[in-house]
Amino acid sequence: MDGALIAETISITGHDGDEIEAYIARPLGQESFGNVVVIHHMPGYDGGTKEITRRFAAHGYAALMPNLYHRDAPGASPDDAAAAARAKGGVPDERLVGDVAGAAAHLRGLDGSNGKVGVIGYCSGGRQSFLAACSLPLEAAVDCYGAFVVGTPPEGMPLKVGPIAHLAPSLSCPLLGLFGAEDQYPSPEQVDELDKVLTEAGKEHEFHSYEGAGHAFFSVDRPAYRVEAANDGWQKIWDFFGRYLAG
Amino acid sequence: MCTYLTEKIEVAGSGKGAQGWFTLTDATVYLDHPQHAPAEHTLNIDFLNPASGPSARVAVELTAESARALARAIEATLESAPPGLV
Repeated sequence: MDGALIAETISITGHDGDEIEAYIARPLGQESFGNVVVIHHMPGYDGGTKEITRRFAAHGYAALMPNLYHRDAPGASPDDAAAAARAKGGVPDERLVGDVAGAAAHLRGLDGSNGKVGVIGYCSGGRQSFLAACSLPLEAAVDCYGAFVVGTPPEGMPLKVGPIAHLAPSLSCPLLGLFGAEDQYPSPEQVDELDKVLTEAGKEHEFHSYEGAGHAFFSVDRPAYRVEAANDGWQKIWDFFGRYLAG
Repeated sequence: MCTYLTEKIEVAGSGKGAQGWFTLTDATVYLDHPQHAPAEHTLNIDFLNPASGPSARVAVELTAESARALARAIEATLESAPPGLV
């Protein structure tokens, strides 16, 4: 693996058969590769998440990031699309699952795909990664500081999302959770609760919480970035996906 | 944190966006991750005309302190306007 890759914008078939925009990056010069669906954070289908998508390709995976806000604002800039999606209350859970299913199907059909698909999501995408892994047959899932997998949203907050820990018995694959010990959403107590729920459900998982890190510690272009947590987190991701997606 | 906490109001006026001036019909105010401001959370205001599409938007992302100062400045300016002007 020499980091060579090709990245482009494509159209995939998502929830309800809708054609939606997606960003794909694939390794070059590899006969066979594993696959990753990248779920973008709430600020949208942006440059930072495209960079993460390319990073997976540079490490030997085909990575596909569906634009979850495509229907809300086709052709708009990522920040305008994120604003439009927010005004509608965010991405409905059912639509998210359909779009990830479409992305996974696209990846499985690529020449050279080994048929194994993992999912990773950041921020709101962390919760959505867990949701997808509880709703679809996948080989591995990573939840990066997703809020409201457990825990009830504060009273008066008009969230269109709710807790989904009750789906844990349906988790189809091992789960890696990466969290900041200083985050409040999810709080360390909520992370512990999810850990307990997964253990009770007999689901394979490993959680890591980083001291000195809060929400969004992977975001290199935000003040929340914590280099030590992010570097170790990336290593955990490579080890985890190496176990379940490689080959 | 992804708060989704949003206040929506109707407004009348104009804003200048990436494509020039346009008529404003709506505004949203919310506290969440910024797109650009160097802070974990900001008070964000979007001035919008949804009928003209998602790009008809003037956006600002302010620290909480700045947002409160702005709100006070707006109120103070309107309060001190000469009688009959507003």
